[in-house]
Amino acid sequence: MAGKTVSEKIFDAHHVDNPAGDMHVISLDAVFCHEITTPVAINDLAARGKDRVFDPEKIMVVIDHVTPAKDSKTAMQGKILRDWARRNGIPRFFDVGRNGVCHALFPEKGFVRPGYTVIMGDSHTCTHGAFGAFAAGVGTTDLEVGILKGVCAFRYPGTMKIVVNGKLSPGVYAKDLILHIIGKIGVNGATDRVIEFAGPVIDEMSMESRMTLCNMAVEVGATSGICYPDETTVEYLWPFIRDEYDSPDAALADCRKWLPDPDAAYETVMAIDASEIPPLTTFGYRPDNVRPVSEMEKTPVDQVYIGSCTNGRIEDLRVAANVLAEKKIADTVRGIVSPATPGIFNQALAEGIIQTFMDAGFCVTNPTCGACLGMSCGVIAEGEVCASTTNRNFYGRMGKGGMVHLMSPATAAATALAGYITNSNLYNG
Amino acid sequence: MDQTTNHFSGSVLFLDRNDINTDEIIPAKYLTEISKEALKPYLLEDLDLPGFDPDTDLAGRRAIVTRANFGCGSSREHAPWALEANGIRMVIAGSFARIFRQNMFNCGMLAVELPADVIESLFAGFSGSETTVTADLESGLLHFSANGKTEEIPFSISEFDRALVKAGGWLEFADNKY
Ligand code: SF4
Repeated sequence: MAGKTVSEKIFDAHHVDNPAGDMHVISLDAVFCHEITTPVAINDLAARGKDRVFDPEKIMVVIDHVTPAKDSKTAMQGKILRDWARRNGIPRFFDVGRNGVCHALFPEKGFVRPGYTVIMGDSHTCTHGAFGAFAAGVGTTDLEVGILKGVCAFRYPGTMKIVVNGKLSPGVYAKDLILHIIGKIGVNGATDRVIEFAGPVIDEMSMESRMTLCNMAVEVGATSGICYPDETTVEYLWPFIRDEYDSPDAALADCRKWLPDPDAAYETVMAIDASEIPPLTTFGYRPDNVRPVSEMEKTPVDQVYIGSCTNGRIEDLRVAANVLAEKKIADTVRGIVSPATPGIFNQALAEGIIQTFMDAGFCVTNPTCGACLGMSCGVIAEGEVCASTTNRNFYGRMGKGGMVHLMSPATAAATALAGYITNSNLYNG
Repeated sequence: MDQTTNHFSGSVLFLDRNDINTDEIIPAKYLTEISKEALKPYLLEDLDLPGFDPDTDLAGRRAIVTRANFGCGSSREHAPWALEANGIRMVIAGSFARIFRQNMFNCGMLAVELPADVIESLFAGFSGSETTVTADLESGLLHFSANGKTEEIPFSISEFDRALVKAGGWLEFADNKY
């Protein structure tokens, strides 16, 4: 019998039931909740007389999409979530002032570990696979069952392994790599599969970069993206796990049990040479419409947005600030930056990065999803163009009738300075 | 919750089209609603089907008969909810989009796939008249009747889907079992 992939190991370790065919019910280590998708689940559970949670310690809750609330409707979504968290004694609830974009905040709090199973009513839950976890976005009924029983049903996942060799060129980042992969395999290229990201380029990446990579796994239809837990993972998690292990080495040895077997059976294995990837951006309304920035040069933009669960982390802000230092953004451009969490905001303050953004002419917002899904803090008008570090360029995503070009924080910063899409190499050289 | 097979019985709405998508079933602008019941007035509001008027054609319907690839588009569960809020708990189609079909069973509703020629014969034989259908999960038969004319059509769903329907959906199933 062939060995197991990471997700096969995780599934087998969390096995609860096999109710039919390849349907597997697995136990959950964490259920994440935000105010857009959870209130419907809460109301439905209450209507069925099942206003309970399986384990308040394993449910983490944040208000992040529209915060502070912008109108009565979003205020009510927050209220339903807040009241529910209180009456069910959920201690890890993050409200305005302590809240940030879910997929940046929860990893920063140490809520995800190698080998974990995580669900959330949010398609970018795949981000948490960066820690060697199986993390999947789910619909409302699945979320309700997760909240109530701590289980979820999935098809036993097939795995696609993507090996990234070579070296990323200067000015090319994890975002460019994942855009390259999306452009190559297409928006349905890994539907219902798990992607394991492997190879020397991934091994060298920070946790922040790995999260950027796994974040967009859903853009090729994948259920989860997964990176292998290693020294980098343990170092990131050490403040949260130091009581559980004698040393980082002991933690690392323990994490290794989640690595795939050498003879694991993959549905597909694909090799990519990172050295060939230039800075990339998207055109049109699908994330697999990908082109080198050089071919999109001079496309004028009205707004530049730096933030989101894809690229709103400290590393992203550092890269952008480096490009912006001592310069001013173009008069024709509105620059908006949303540090993804209060922790990132604080760090950016301490490093003078917030000052750099403000000096360059950026508006700095509180941590929120806001503009990413066109709900607040930077919605664009019909006919406008936004250069954005987010993950989706669907029609109307950042505002009805608007166009979004996805790119790295470096390219976004360079674009803000020029007023049109351009290659960051011009500015950071 | 008491779910019996006669939950799947009543007046049929015929929608003579392929590829009716989730945006037509429930437009995206209503996704901010925080209860399933709130979706009720918007079902099929944007359906692109000449002669169809949701204000008059939906009243009292309990089932839909339609053609191929029903429920394609986004994965939103709001689509089955909008049906359920209107009392429609059964869709009979030539085929379904995968996620929509699973969402139906997760909600304890019935999604029945029939071969295209059987769907064609239902449209030919019944779509002009006020029709009722009853699904009998035990015998695996659909009973159609209109103006004294009746027809029995066999159907099958998987054991797991049958268990979900009997339990009243994945939530009730999981709450009883795990
Ligand atoms: S930042 Fe954007 S993509 Fe990420 S969770 Fe928020 S809305 Fe979704």
